[in-house]
Amino acid sequence: MTATPREAPADAPAATVEVHDVHKWYGTHLVLGGIDLTVRPGEVTVVLGPSGSGKSTLLRIINHLEKPDIGHVSVNGELIGVKRRGGRRRTGVPTAEDRGRLKELSERTILTQRGRIGFVFQNFHLFPHLTALENVAAAPAATGRLGKAEARELARELLGRVGLADKAGAYPRRLSGGQQQRVAIARALALRPGVILFDEPTSALDPELVGEVLAVIKDLAAGGTTLVIVTHEIGFAREIADRVVFLDGGRIVEQGPPSEVLDRPRHERTRDFLSKVL
Amino acid sequence: MSEPPGAAVALAEAPSTDGPSKPLRAQRVVPLRRPGRWIVTAVVLVLVAQFAHGLATNPFYQWDRWSYWFLRPSILDGLLITLEVTAYSAVLGLAGGIVLALGRLSRSPVLRAVSWTYIWALRSIPLIVVLLFLYNVSALYETLSVGIPFGPAFFSFDGSRLATDMAVAVVGLSLNEAAYAAEVVRGGILSVDQGQHEAAAALGLPKRYQFRRIVLPQALRSIVPNYVNQLIGLIKATSLVFYVSLLDLFGSAQTMGSTYPGDIVPLLLVVTVWYLILTSVVSVIQFYVERHYARGATRELPPTPLRRLRTGVTELRARIRREAAV
Repeated sequence: MTATPREAPADAPAATVEVHDVHKWYGTHLVLGGIDLTVRPGEVTVVLGPSGSGKSTLLRIINHLEKPDIGHVSVNGELIGVKRRGGRRRTGVPTAEDRGRLKELSERTILTQRGRIGFVFQNFHLFPHLTALENVAAAPAATGRLGKAEARELARELLGRVGLADKAGAYPRRLSGGQQQRVAIARALALRPGVILFDEPTSALDPELVGEVLAVIKDLAAGGTTLVIVTHEIGFAREIADRVVFLDGGRIVEQGPPSEVLDRPRHERTRDFLSKVL
Repeated sequence: MSEPPGAAVALAEAPSTDGPSKPLRAQRVVPLRRPGRWIVTAVVLVLVAQFAHGLATNPFYQWDRWSYWFLRPSILDGLLITLEVTAYSAVLGLAGGIVLALGRLSRSPVLRAVSWTYIWALRSIPLIVVLLFLYNVSALYETLSVGIPFGPAFFSFDGSRLATDMAVAVVGLSLNEAAYAAEVVRGGILSVDQGQHEAAAALGLPKRYQFRRIVLPQALRSIVPNYVNQLIGLIKATSLVFYVSLLDLFGSAQTMGSTYPGDIVPLLLVVTVWYLILTSVVSVIQFYVERHYARGATRELPPTPLRRLRTGVTELRARIRREAAV
């Protein structure tokens, strides 16, 4: 269905993602209570956990769709959404003395940063008034990275990569859920991100369409892109993940390779959850 | 629902045993006759015919006078004024409406409050009051100047000169129109799914691009029909400019009517027909604009009237052939 990764165009080098002591409240409700997580370049991390455990919020904080109340995220050592106060172009993880001294970046800079982080939504969120090709070509053209013709060329290439070369002119509403999600993945790839975040990419799909989307994600994993995937597909997690992170109540309960977390969970909560979803 | 499956089978087979020898699936379904509908249709047709007959034959309407007036230069001059005032006010009103809508959706509480108050005030005050108020504005503000607020002025206009009748009409209508257009635009923007904003933000699309290429085209789908409704209201509201001594379509008819009192009814009919024409033109434009923004929103674009007529004729012909064959 898809071309082998070797034939695919060169992507940006896989990125490192560091999440440091992230806390998030909705009103008085604590959603995330101190998350520390490091994703190495090319690593595939699957985040599991019951609904309301903060999985989606964590993902949305990584690309700054939501702001952490405490803590910070960095991609390839660059802080996302904030900068250190006073320090001129200092990079790296802030030290203890920098705490509480982070300053919000301008919206424009945050938007630029987001270009390096792909995001795939549960409900696709394709732009309904644009064709599949226009959906994919929009970001590289709008951000001025590519000329219009080049962006369309790239979009055509990426649609081919997710097996939808023949659907370039179709409007999203005419595509099946699985096809829409594959267009959404191509759209995320168009900016050549160093990391792609997947927020339950198959939860809104009919069961028989799940496979085609998972196949595309598997392709990306094989191609060496850093992936963070929130999913309920345990079988898929076992197959693809380098690391499984189990989240509950806004905290990481345990993490490790799938052979440990999925097959020999150490915590009662993890065992309990796995017995319910398997 | 609780019957055993055998019962349904028996029911389905029953008619074939006592019916004619033709197999069941070859039989034609006779549509249900609806005598009530035929009677009501006949009554309505008679009423419509009566009305049309009255319209054509009643001397009260003086159709000969109507045709005398319909293309008179004085009426056409008025029509031109109506079109001008409508066009300026529609553009300025929409522009103001977009600004006010963005104000109401702004994160700044001050901008929100100011926009809300403006809309509240202008929707509360009758348009005729706004117009007459502006008409007398030169008495209220002797000069209008551009400069530092509360500070020195760089240059100034003479109030009475600025306030030509046309300007008063356009400003008054635009002020009023902006308040309504703001709500139309705001409603349209709110109708765009939150996911679209998120997807655009997640892709890092520049803010202007997000608004112009992602949010606005989708918002226009609900803005267009509502704004056209507003526009039709505006076309008719321009008849009020007569009260600030601007001779629009209605105004010229009114003036002619006072000179030729016997022609008031045909003059009103002239005005009616012109307004009907204007509204029709706007409706046709609306259809095609809506069709343009329906791209991707519906699986099939709505057919144009011509195409609908063609398929209608084809279907009718097929039906007649079918009826004849049976």
